[in-house]
Amino acid sequence: MSIVTPFPQLLQAQRPEYELDLPPMPAYTREHRLPLPQRLWQLTVLRRGLLLALLALFWELGARWADNELLLPSFSQTAQAFVDGIQSGELLSRAGLSLGLLLQGYALGVVLSLALTALAVSTRLGRDLLATLTAMFNPLPAIALLPLALLWFGLGAKSLIFVLVHAVLWPLALNTYAGFQSVPDTLRMAGRNYGLKGLRFVWQILVPSALPSILSGLRVAWAFAWRTLIAAELFFGASSGRGGLGWYIFQNRNELLTDRVFAGLAFVILIGLAVEGLVFNTVERLTVQRWGMQRR
Amino acid sequence: MNALVEELLPPPTAQTQLARPLLQVQELSLEYASQGRLLRAAHQLSFEVLEGDRFVLLGASGCGKSSLLKAIGGFIEPAEGQVLLDGQPVHGPGPDRVAVFQEFDQLPPWKTVLANVMFPLLASGLPGGGLPGRAGHAGRAGKAEVRERAMHWLAKVGLADFAHSYPHQLSGGMKQRVAIARALAMGPRVLLMDEPFAALDALTRRRMQEELLQLWEQERFTLIFVTHSIEESLVVGNRILLLSPHPGRVRAELNAQQFGLHSQGSTEFQAQAQRIHRLLFTTGKP
Repeated sequence: MSIVTPFPQLLQAQRPEYELDLPPMPAYTREHRLPLPQRLWQLTVLRRGLLLALLALFWELGARWADNELLLPSFSQTAQAFVDGIQSGELLSRAGLSLGLLLQGYALGVVLSLALTALAVSTRLGRDLLATLTAMFNPLPAIALLPLALLWFGLGAKSLIFVLVHAVLWPLALNTYAGFQSVPDTLRMAGRNYGLKGLRFVWQILVPSALPSILSGLRVAWAFAWRTLIAAELFFGASSGRGGLGWYIFQNRNELLTDRVFAGLAFVILIGLAVEGLVFNTVERLTVQRWGMQRR
Repeated sequence: MNALVEELLPPPTAQTQLARPLLQVQELSLEYASQGRLLRAAHQLSFEVLEGDRFVLLGASGCGKSSLLKAIGGFIEPAEGQVLLDGQPVHGPGPDRVAVFQEFDQLPPWKTVLANVMFPLLASGLPGGGLPGRAGHAGRAGKAEVRERAMHWLAKVGLADFAHSYPHQLSGGMKQRVAIARALAMGPRVLLMDEPFAALDALTRRRMQEELLQLWEQERFTLIFVTHSIEESLVVGNRILLLSPHPGRVRAELNAQQFGLHSQGSTEFQAQAQRIHRLLFTTGKP
C-alpha cells in the first residue's frame, strides 16, 4: 500500500522552502454573528421551556385519553384550578407560609453545617465528630424524627424547623466537607502563605475553591428541605389551623378536589424550578462558571 | 500572494512525487464561538505532511497552532476546508491520530503506569499493529499481548521499573514519557504533540527532546509537534510550518532536518533561527 522510497530522508530534503507575504486580513472574516435560530437555541430558558411545553402536551393528551378527572385531571383543568387558587389568594398565602418556614429551616441548617465543616477542617476531633454524626443521622429520614419533634416542641413551627434543619444539615455538611478535601494543596499553601488562618482561611480560600461541591450540596439540601416540609405538613398544618402547601394538598384530597391537589403539587414544582433557575443557576453563572471551575 | 513567490512555489502536486503525503490539510479555517460571535482562529491553511516527517507547527500564541492540532486530531470541526489522512477526510477523534498534551493530568490518576498504557489498547480494540513484527496482525489484541506491548513501549521510554507506580508518584518528565509510550503503543498513523515539553524545566526538556529524537530514529513514526520555541522547532523538526497570529495563516515552510541538538551553536543554526525570528515578527510585503 505504501510507495517504497529507498531514501525518504533524501527525498524529503528536496522539498523547497517557501515564504508567503501576508496581506492585511479584511476584518469581516474575523467576526460574524451566529444565525438567529442558533442564537435562540443557545438560550437555556427557551430549550427548557420547550421541554416543559412538550410534557404539558403529553399530560393533556394522556388525561383526555384516560378520561377520569377524579384520578387524573387534565393540564387545562389543573391550570384553571391553579389560576383560581392564585386569584383567590389561597395558594399564595399557603405557599408564603410554607416558604417562610422553609427559609428559616434552610438558613439555620446551612449555618450549622458550615460551622460543623469549619470545625472538621481545623481539628481532628471535629473531623471525627462530623464523620460520626453524618454516618449516624444522614440515613435517618427527617419525617421519622417528626413524632419526637412534636413531643419536644409541640404542634407548631418549631417542630417543622427542627426536622428541616435535620434534612438540610447532613447532606450539605457531607458535600461541603468533600469539597474542602479536594482543594488542591498548592492553593492551600498559597493561602497560608498570605498569612490566612482559621475562619478567614476557610472563608477566603476553602469556601470559594470548594464552591462547586458546596453549591451541589445546597441544591440537594434545598430539595430535601422541600420534600420534608411538604410531607410534614401532610401530617398537620404548619401552625395550628393555618396550614401550608402540604396541608392545602391534603385538605383538597380529602374533599376529592383532585384538580386542586394537582394545582398544589404544580405550585411546589414551579417554586422548585424557579429557585433552581433563578437562584442556583445565577449563583453558579456568577461564580464557578465565571471562574472556569465548572463547564458551562 | 505576489507573483514572484508563486513562481518559486512548485504546484502542490509536484510534492507528491517525493513521497506519499500522509496527511493533507486543505484550505482549513477554524472558528470558535465567543459570546454569540464567531472568531476566526485560523484562516485557509494548506500544507502536507509526509510519512516519517517530524513536522513542527511554530508560531506565537494566538496563531491557532493548538487549535490546528485539535482539528487534525478531530476534536474540533473546521469551519471550512478539510483534513485528509491517507486521502480520507477526518471526522472526529480516532486512535489513528493520538495526541500527547502539555498538561500532566492527561493520565487518569486511578490507573498505574502500566494500566495507563494498556487502557487505550484494550478500550479501542486495536489490532496488534504497534508491536514490532506484528504489523497487519488481525483481530482484537488479547490482554497478555497488550500487556507485553505496553511493557515494550514503557521499556522504550525507560520506565519499565515504574510500571506499577501511580501517576502522582512520577515527575513531570516521567509523566510525559508515559504519555508518549501510551501514544506510540497504539501505533497511530500520526503522533500529535501539543507543546509536550513546555511545562518541563530546561534540562529535562533537553533530555526529552534527545529521547524523542532517538525514539524517532528507531521507530520512524510520523510526528506533528506544536511549539512556540524557535530552538525546539529546529532541533525536533525536519520541516517547520510558520504561522502568523490573529488569525493563524501560513507564513512560511522551512527545512530543519540538517539541525539537531548538537548543531545548536553553529552559524547555520543561528542564521535559520534569525530567519524564523524575522518571519514571525514581520508580515512581509503586504
